[in-house]
Amino acid sequence: MKYVWFGIAGVLGGVLGGMGMGGGTLLIPLLNIFYKVGQHTAQAVNLLSFIPMAVVALIIHIKNKLVNFKRIIWIILPGVVSCIAGCYIAKSLSGYLLARCFGGFLVLLSVFQFVSEIKRKN
Amino acid sequence: MSSKQKQKNELRTDKKLNVYAVLTGLSAGIINGVFGGGGGMLVVPMLVHLLKCPAKKAHATAILIILPLSIVSGIFYAAFGNFNLEVGIPAGIGVILGGTVGALLLSKLSSKWLTIIFCVVMAAAGVKMLLF
Repeated sequence: MKYVWFGIAGVLGGVLGGMGMGGGTLLIPLLNIFYKVGQHTAQAVNLLSFIPMAVVALIIHIKNKLVNFKRIIWIILPGVVSCIAGCYIAKSLSGYLLARCFGGFLVLLSVFQFVSEIKRKN
Repeated sequence: MSSKQKQKNELRTDKKLNVYAVLTGLSAGIINGVFGGGGGMLVVPMLVHLLKCPAKKAHATAILIILPLSIVSGIFYAAFGNFNLEVGIPAGIGVILGGTVGALLLSKLSSKWLTIIFCVVMAAAGVKMLLF
């Protein structure tokens, strides 16, 4: 039965991810708060489950000429270096502390997104 | 303006944009590595405001940036023994199904209210994780 619940958490995160609203920021807290999955495990699951969806989305976007390749190497290479550093930072924190930091990150993100959504004219 | 000066100015803007590009990459990477997600929500506004990328292209381009970062971070997390197949396989299948639905819904729903609801849910989850 618990597999069904993990699947449902994935669907909810996936719907938001597919809509471009940041699925990981929903899947990680769902796994942590409701299913008591450890913070490190929730983050690992989010990282790896993002890959197949991103590949499909990317193929569609490239076909639609929506991807901007300019300076992409200047972004990705430093990103790879700092994400490895980030992985070691996460590893050095306890699950308890990492979850608290993640909570703070979520609050900041939601305030930032709320403000930019209110400002956006449509 | 002489063409020499113009060239010089262009070169300067070019250099500045390269610095912004490196900054965008560094910030996306550190967030992706530490928090295992959420990098995209940082990359999109940075692409739009710093690198003058149109909003629609920024969403698609963000995926191209986050994908290699997630692969690298995912490998490190798995190597540290954090991945769990019992959670990962059902959640992964769910993400693929949900992702397809979300991509199809995107064109049909007005996103303003949805984004605001999402912000409230995210803030509630954040406060819960931060304080309790």
